Amino acid sequence: MSTAGTSKRGVPEGLWIRCPQCKATVFRKEAEARFSVCPECSHHFYMPARSRIKQLLDEESFEEWFSDIRPCDPLQFNDRVLYGQRLKAEQAKTKMLDAAVVGRGYIRGRPVVFAVTDFAFMAGSMGSVVGEKLTRAAEEATRLQLPLIIVSGSGGGARMQEGILSLMQMAKISSALARHDKAGGLYISILTNPTMGGVAASFALQGDFTFAEPGALIGFAGKRTIWNTLRLELPEGFQTSEFLLKHGFVDRIVHRKELRMELARIIDYCEH
Amino acid sequence: MSKPIASLPFEKEIQQMEALLASLESRADEQGDTLEEIRRIRRELANLTRKVYMNLSAWETVLVSRHPNRPQTTDYIQMIFDEFVELHGDRAIGDDRAIRTGFARIGDHRVLLVGHQKGHNLKEKNECLFGCAHPEGYRKALNKMKLAAKFKQPIICLIDTPGAYPGIGAEERGQAQLIATSLLEMTRLETPIVCVVIGEGGSGGALGIGIGDRVSMLEFSYYSVISPEGCAGILWKEANDETKRLAADALKLTARDLFKLRVIDDIIPEPLGAAHRDPQQMGNFLKQYLLRYLRDLKKIPLPELLEQRYQKFRRMGVFEEGVKTVAVAEGQ
Ligand SMILES: [Zn+2]
Repeated sequence: MSTAGTSKRGVPEGLWIRCPQCKATVFRKEAEARFSVCPECSHHFYMPARSRIKQLLDEESFEEWFSDIRPCDPLQFNDRVLYGQRLKAEQAKTKMLDAAVVGRGYIRGRPVVFAVTDFAFMAGSMGSVVGEKLTRAAEEATRLQLPLIIVSGSGGGARMQEGILSLMQMAKISSALARHDKAGGLYISILTNPTMGGVAASFALQGDFTFAEPGALIGFAGKRTIWNTLRLELPEGFQTSEFLLKHGFVDRIVHRKELRMELARIIDYCEH
Repeated sequence: MSKPIASLPFEKEIQQMEALLASLESRADEQGDTLEEIRRIRRELANLTRKVYMNLSAWETVLVSRHPNRPQTTDYIQMIFDEFVELHGDRAIGDDRAIRTGFARIGDHRVLLVGHQKGHNLKEKNECLFGCAHPEGYRKALNKMKLAAKFKQPIICLIDTPGAYPGIGAEERGQAQLIATSLLEMTRLETPIVCVVIGEGGSGGALGIGIGDRVSMLEFSYYSVISPEGCAGILWKEANDETKRLAADALKLTARDLFKLRVIDDIIPEPLGAAHRDPQQMGNFLKQYLLRYLRDLKKIPLPELLEQRYQKFRRMGVFEEGVKTVAVAEGQ
């Protein structure tokens, strides 16, 4: 599983931000008012889970579920920093317990089960908590016969610090999504920058519909892994949303400002 | 073993004693005290081998799992299956040689066999890319597994890969997509599935054929979210001899670790001194387990089998909720 590059982290603190794509200096408030999209070149900056909920769901409609599920350190993982310590630091930094937020809400009046992973928390990687929350979200969507929407952003894929248990989350969530599918449930997956490794190789690419934001990095093997194995420079635009669209793995590339409308439209097509 | 054993650093003493024993045995017909000496050295060698292999570190286990003489899928096909009807090709791109699929007979059972193949010699390794499958390998595996489900034959998956192939073509042809699809479908394939990690269980490439009703590991195989080298490179910033050891320890990737974490059903014992010392014996052990799994799983009605498969993976993970620790891995 790879880690993402650090250049596209998105909106840093401060009044002004520099767009990594067009290098324009942008007033932060202005970018945020435009869904954290660069007003000059439409580069999509990082968007926190809470802003995502605010943007996509009807006002005040989100009801969060399973918010007290917390990570622990089953392997006593120590890479010079104890995983338990790392978790505390990430929690303090992000004000989140782990990388996923799930619950239910409405999109233009349509009820949905909604889940989002946040890149800010350990690169949006999937350990037991992310796996459990997404699995429960899928199970609830099946039980309530509601559309499921997952917005993924994960540079790390499966979280190394929980070892094999992270890998098994891929199997767990796949099981729940398979049941949702079999029950006739709708699942729309939205890929944001970046969606890599074990997250891409499981729930992010198991939707009935796969949408991607423009310019997102999406793929299985990270740049570093490919370089280490093959010593190959990667072609321009490799593993971007546009690359996936061209090769047939994405249904639609959707600008962030259109996302809400597009979701509502697909939900309407699938209603029966 | 007729083949020379490639050298593992911790096997030095064992190999010296093996050489001594061989030279004594070559002139064994002479006197009584030579025979006595041979018996004594045999006993000592067995004790030494047992001791060394009982105390392997995680990294040493990884080295054993990668031993060039360790039996691979095609070796098990020779040793324990009565017939193998290979089915090639994914009906889309090609025939990925890193994953072999075909009908096979074992005991009284007809099964579909799916297995990674890493290759023993350079020619074979190049052909199957050291066991690193492309998207077409996973597409082929899934296609054939669906056939098995259609005709109600159980599936055996032998896992042995450093990981799915990381490359430009693999990404262009949807490595992540094909693994994701494979996972989704394997959770609901309507036939018994047995998975055994026989060597390397490298991450998503292993899991891609790794969802089943029984998942077990050979004693000296490993199964991990990332290779120790990859983990060391990321978390320790550099993969060297020291950080690879640290990463291997930290990842808890041995069969014993996974058994404790309740991720696998059984640790399948290896012969004294590991599978590469006695492949045939390894084959016999593996065969016993496979036959037992097939016998047991075939008795379970399909809806129950699928429910059990769901619950098997559903309970994996460790987290806290409310006031209590939900230590699922330690659970019932
Ligand atoms: Zn810009």
